[in-house]
Amino acid sequence: MSAATALGGDLATYNFAYLDEQTKRMIRRAILKAIAIPGYQVPFASREMPMPYGWGTGGVQVTASIIGPQDVLKVIDQGADDTTNAVSIRAFFQKVANVSVTTKTREASIIQTRHRIPEEKLQAGQVLVYQVPIPEPLRFLEPRETETRKMHALEEYGLMHVKLYEDIARHGHIATTYAYPVLVSGRYVMDPSPTPKFDNPKMDMSEALQLFGAGREKRIYAIPPHTKVVSLDFEDHPFEIQTFDEPCALCGAEGVYLDEVILDDRGGRMFVCSDTDHCESRRADGHRGRLSPDEAYAGHGKTEGEAVR
Amino acid sequence: MTMLDETPLLSVTGLSRYYGERVGCRDISFEVYPGEVLAIVGESGSGKTTLLNCISTRLEPSAGCVSYRMRDGESRDLYRMSEAERRLLMRTDWGFVHQNPADGLRMTVSAGANVGERLMAVGERHYGRIRDTATHWLSRVEIAADRIDDQPRAFSGGMRQRLQIARNLVTGPRLVFMDEPTGGLDVSVQARLLDLLRGLVNDLGLAAIVVTHDLAVARLLSHRMIVMKDGRVVEEGLTDRVLDDPQAPYTQLLVSSILQV
Repeated sequence: MSAATALGGDLATYNFAYLDEQTKRMIRRAILKAIAIPGYQVPFASREMPMPYGWGTGGVQVTASIIGPQDVLKVIDQGADDTTNAVSIRAFFQKVANVSVTTKTREASIIQTRHRIPEEKLQAGQVLVYQVPIPEPLRFLEPRETETRKMHALEEYGLMHVKLYEDIARHGHIATTYAYPVLVSGRYVMDPSPTPKFDNPKMDMSEALQLFGAGREKRIYAIPPHTKVVSLDFEDHPFEIQTFDEPCALCGAEGVYLDEVILDDRGGRMFVCSDTDHCESRRADGHRGRLSPDEAYAGHGKTEGEAVR
Repeated sequence: MTMLDETPLLSVTGLSRYYGERVGCRDISFEVYPGEVLAIVGESGSGKTTLLNCISTRLEPSAGCVSYRMRDGESRDLYRMSEAERRLLMRTDWGFVHQNPADGLRMTVSAGANVGERLMAVGERHYGRIRDTATHWLSRVEIAADRIDDQPRAFSGGMRQRLQIARNLVTGPRLVFMDEPTGGLDVSVQARLLDLLRGLVNDLGLAAIVVTHDLAVARLLSHRMIVMKDGRVVEEGLTDRVLDDPQAPYTQLLVSSILQV
């Protein structure tokens, strides 16, 4: 069906970036509409991709529609460049679009992400593509799609606060830690995909364009650069992000999002940066944490290490 | 009795609703004044619920006009308002008490959130205040304060119905629609619910339109009643007059069918 493109012999069986040009056009139209109405979920004719739904088919289709030969792609999965989903999607685009790839946030022009926003501040001109499993923030409160669409249309968002109310009633505080609902540009309530609420403030007035693709649910939505994004809350229970008691065990970073890693079966554990690129570049700059493997050789933080053991 | 206002709160003119060839209700006109409770009675299939749905904007009528006097005093045709305005009216100035509480409640969120939802829908964003109001309303409908965080699934039928009433009244509506509010409850629970409703309607000066097939409920709650048969109004008047001195043959039949215990 698709003819070989002029972009190289190894692309013989695919159109550039896998999707055919008509499909890309359709998706780009949806993206343009999404950008024009920040936070609004635009339906689109999601295609079958060579991967199962739930593995990022929405994000992949958005990336495939906006990527060009000059782009530099970074793919992260829960902040990491080296986990299955990230490695597979990166390899996919290397194969079907022959683009250069990177793990460095700064060097990337397109960053496809599953459930994190990089720690490093995004720049103008960069595009962040989110993989979204369930785009509808009201879904678990109101199962009817016809009704949720009407609620968005009429700005009836009381129900969203019912969820937060339930959290406080049950736990004493807003216990929602991820997929924390936001109000975009003062109009649409949006699900930021299952990113930790730690990342919500990074969406506000971002320099980068943020695109969200939900393949199974067939929806695309967007936050244009410099758009106001407010996390919903109560006056007497304001929005707060997660905090961590200790710094990253490998690079010593504070004020970043950490993953807990179990070390043994006797309760040993460490907290490390979820953003692997951020952690690696800090270590390259000489920062050390309490469990850095090379701290004995580098001679850093000896007293710190002794204090712990 | 409070002095009744001169201008009607709701006025219905020539309202008809057809389901294809069949008639739901035909050419119905009446008015409801502030603070007045109107009962619509009739046997099942007589068009009571169709009529109620038509005047509460839940079902579009085939013909006729329903106008409502807004808080600013201006009467407006409900079906010429935008959907957004109608829905706002539904959750602020109106209440709707369903026969089956599960239709009017959110069964998977707590009682407190059920009562608080309308407040949050009109922009209340202070958790403490929402909770205080919810507690207050739960006590008003005789639900213990320590049940505020329980889901309605854990409530009995009578409690669910009372919770539904609290949820509807929390925004201080001026007009409440009730569809068989005591249906499916046993008689002692019915009696207490009716007592409660009567008290609330009096205290708050609510206008209410109650659909029921139970003439005892109509007698207890309503000032005026409309008797329906085959989609038409066969008789209307003050409740006591209609029940004690029924004029239309059908009303006479209906009144004489009450079981005497």
